[in-house]
Amino acid sequence: MDFQYTSFILSVVIASTPLLLAATGELVAERAGVLNLGVEGMMLVGAIAAFAVAVTTGSSTLGILAGVGAGVLTSLIFALLTLSFLSNQVATGLALTIFGTGLSALIGKAYVGMVVARLPQIHIPGLSDIPFFGPVFFGQDVLVYVSFALVAAVYWFLFRTHAGLVLRAVGNSHDAAHAIGFPVIKIRYLAVMFGGGMSGLAGAYMAIAYNTSWSEGMTAGRGWIALALVVFATWRPFWLVVGAYLFGSIMYLSLYIQGFGVHIPSQFISALPYASTVVVLVAISRDRKRIRLNAPASLGKTFHAAG
Amino acid sequence: MQLKLEPRGFQSKFWSYASPVLAIALTIVTMGVIFLVLGKDPAVSLYTFLIEPLVAENGATELLVKASPLILMGVGISLAYRANVWDIGAEGEFTIGALFGGGVGLAFPDLPFAVLFPAMLIAGVIGGMFWALIVALLRTRFNANEILTSLMLTYIAQLILIYMVTGPWRDPQGFGFPQTAMFSANATNPTIIEGTRLHLGIFFALAAAAAGWLLLTRSLLGFQLRVQGFAPRAARFAGFKENKLVWTALALTGGLAGLAGTLEVTGPIGQLTPQISPGYGYTAIIVAFLGRLHPIGVVFAALLLGLSYLGGEAAQIELALPSAVTGIFQGVLLFYLLGCDTLILYRLRIRSSRPAAVRA
Amino acid sequence: MMNRRNFNKLLGAGLVAAAAPKIVTPALADDVLKVGFVYFGPVGDFGWTYQHDVGRQDIVKKFGDKVKTTYVENVPESADAERVIANLAAKGHKLIFTTSFGYMDPTIKAAKRFPKTYFEHCAGYKLASNVSVYEARFYEGRYVQGVIAGMMSKTGVAGYIASIPIPEVIMGMNAFLLGMRSVNPTAKLKFIMVNTWYDPGKEGDAAKALIDQGCDIVTQHTDSTAPLQVYAQRGIKGFGEATDMLKFAPTAQLTASVNNWGPYYVKRVQDVIDGTWKSANTWGGLASGMLEMAPYHNMPDNVVAAAKATEEGIKSGKIVIFKGPLKDQKGIAKSTEGVVLDDGSISSMDWLVEGVVGDLPK
Repeated sequence: MDFQYTSFILSVVIASTPLLLAATGELVAERAGVLNLGVEGMMLVGAIAAFAVAVTTGSSTLGILAGVGAGVLTSLIFALLTLSFLSNQVATGLALTIFGTGLSALIGKAYVGMVVARLPQIHIPGLSDIPFFGPVFFGQDVLVYVSFALVAAVYWFLFRTHAGLVLRAVGNSHDAAHAIGFPVIKIRYLAVMFGGGMSGLAGAYMAIAYNTSWSEGMTAGRGWIALALVVFATWRPFWLVVGAYLFGSIMYLSLYIQGFGVHIPSQFISALPYASTVVVLVAISRDRKRIRLNAPASLGKTFHAAG
Repeated sequence: MQLKLEPRGFQSKFWSYASPVLAIALTIVTMGVIFLVLGKDPAVSLYTFLIEPLVAENGATELLVKASPLILMGVGISLAYRANVWDIGAEGEFTIGALFGGGVGLAFPDLPFAVLFPAMLIAGVIGGMFWALIVALLRTRFNANEILTSLMLTYIAQLILIYMVTGPWRDPQGFGFPQTAMFSANATNPTIIEGTRLHLGIFFALAAAAAGWLLLTRSLLGFQLRVQGFAPRAARFAGFKENKLVWTALALTGGLAGLAGTLEVTGPIGQLTPQISPGYGYTAIIVAFLGRLHPIGVVFAALLLGLSYLGGEAAQIELALPSAVTGIFQGVLLFYLLGCDTLILYRLRIRSSRPAAVRA
Repeated sequence: MMNRRNFNKLLGAGLVAAAAPKIVTPALADDVLKVGFVYFGPVGDFGWTYQHDVGRQDIVKKFGDKVKTTYVENVPESADAERVIANLAAKGHKLIFTTSFGYMDPTIKAAKRFPKTYFEHCAGYKLASNVSVYEARFYEGRYVQGVIAGMMSKTGVAGYIASIPIPEVIMGMNAFLLGMRSVNPTAKLKFIMVNTWYDPGKEGDAAKALIDQGCDIVTQHTDSTAPLQVYAQRGIKGFGEATDMLKFAPTAQLTASVNNWGPYYVKRVQDVIDGTWKSANTWGGLASGMLEMAPYHNMPDNVVAAAKATEEGIKSGKIVIFKGPLKDQKGIAKSTEGVVLDDGSISSMDWLVEGVVGDLPK
């Protein structure tokens, strides 16, 4: 039997895209010094919003926009509590995940058992028909290209613009940034909202591209994986692509190799993605210098401007 | 007009007690509005959600059964979080603890209770510690972020549990069902009150809370944990070994979670099955924050969270409300508490939004 | 928007009610039978739990005001199960259906405490004087699916998305391949154990993996509709699980094994009303109507005819699925020529038939 490269790669791309989208958003928030553990919750709220709107209007575009909007709104709860009310970021993020899971389930009740048309894969006559290269490079759905574009845009923003420099300064030392006169809180609000929007987008991808129906808790822990990827990438955007696709491949491979009838208990194969995340984290983190060099020094710390 | 937070410069005694009360009051009002939106009478719904479970038959003891593992894990998590050790893998430590403790019970079912049961509890503690100390090793030796490693290890623990109960430890008389044999009488966590499910767990839970409180307020270790959390640099200057504190904090969290796991499977469950925890490990994190990372606060928080599960069931039975109500209650409650706690250190000032002219 | 006055009114009402709680449930007439259901998933899983809830609604339709039904969803198979079951009994539910195998021991424990309440546990094996067990012979549906797969598959390799290695799943895989081999003796079955009942993303990925490995017919033993939607996108055929999922994949679903609990539920309620309820072990299949095949689609007429004939054969007893000679994966005989496996050996099955690719945990 031939190994079907094309469809294998397509499957990996679809499994990796939501991880990449959510992680890109979280990376920006963390670069501004905010650790938001509510990714999973924001993804779920984004997923149900996108699905509900896509079903009602029949438009995937409106669905995607709704997912982004819902993600932003949910992240505002987090921003308000941590940035204006100075609450603990870890606790608030966890609360956001629990809340988002419950809220999405409640709203989702009315949408169970419905189907949307899958977000279409683009087709460029000629190009998309080239064997292998066509479907892989010119036959994905639009959000796959968007995810890559956003990584590039985030890189450009963070390291090539003045605004990006300011955002990183806020993440590295909010006190110094404040002393210079940068509006720390405002910048962090925007970063958190961007993270929320990206989580919402990732959720939308889960609901109308990865799957085409809504089901409770459908993100099944992917938000947490996205958080791990940010550390894996040591807060550098292009490494997110490596991480997301590596993880997506392992996730898909752990199912794929079972089909060959390997003589290893399936539970151990199912544990592979998690075990390899730990291994990779260890490999990356042991280089303390590199972590220190890239990690935002104020990450997770509460900021309150004196006076 | 603009709201502004102004540091008090001290901890407000009044608000540290008033904040949870205010948070609970706001939660109740919010839930009332949510019930109203869902088309239910808010008063009846709130009564069903918060009071009815307590007055129901065995309601009080069931609440304690539900709260015991939450207290045990919540105390451990509180101590760890105070030292800035963010272990979110208590769920996995609970699972591995239950496997260790349960494994001893399955291996030696005929030993006398007085020997076997304590041995199982100790094994459970060791199992939980073992799983948590992997996290400690990864953090202290390899600098790996414990939030992520502990969570990944939780997923792995769940898969190990499934493997054990569908494979090696499956009950040979169980028609191939994915569960072990029931624990022998000598390996069973006894009930305290006849006709209820209240088991030894509640004693261990209260003892852990008391011990945690003593440790935190009266011991050098507790002082070190607190300093480590508040001022890591000061801790370093004072000569506290950060790594040692990380190991200690994780050993405590893991050990208590493992104990909770063993008590749960030998008590109300009575065997090992693929699902021994309904997410206690995650709920215990909310419990810890809700209890303000204080062992005594954890006891109250665990009771309140336990009530939200029982209340969610009552709301389903009596009012046909969906089960998602429980999650929303927990999220809203935590949001309000986190918000209200700001008032302990800050006071709210209302300012005119016009820029102050004095500056010019 | 809610203004302050309304808000205060609401708050006031809440306080008054909390101070003087009125009767929460309107008192029911004495002759109203309360029936409780304990669900593992959300009612909206559109699979296992959904189908039980359809059965509950059949009770409502049949008995109207004479019966009041209640359900509790998302009940974990942990220590919580016993509390929920006992709680329903304490609140006067005379008949309680516990609809997941993990509720077995909790049901037995609760039944001891409430000897006057009748319990019905789905998919277990422990009986008591006030506990019945009931289960559908899902494997019969799998066999019909296998016959269809055997005729439709060009590669001769089918895929099975399995949840966890329990007898119900194992007998399902075996029956599927036996059905397939009844028309194509060299057919093979690949499976992927996803180790969860419910993770739409993972289930969909497992479907893709099986398709990528040459399976051109795939079936799933998990709870979401995601795999079926993948079959449709990839242009292969497959089956619905637990409920008719045709609308999720109009071009891909060949048929579905539909769990039809309604008639059984209605009968048991009637038994309680008549005072004739007795503890029983019911294992109903296609013949009793507890399992039904959804309408056949997306296949040529001769396959429809063969599927219907198989269905009839199973109903009449002409086709016996687990009948010797049966060999396991290593070629060891599990049953000799003509010897039929009894229900005990079927319901505790822990071996895979020859031709299934992959291992079970030992």
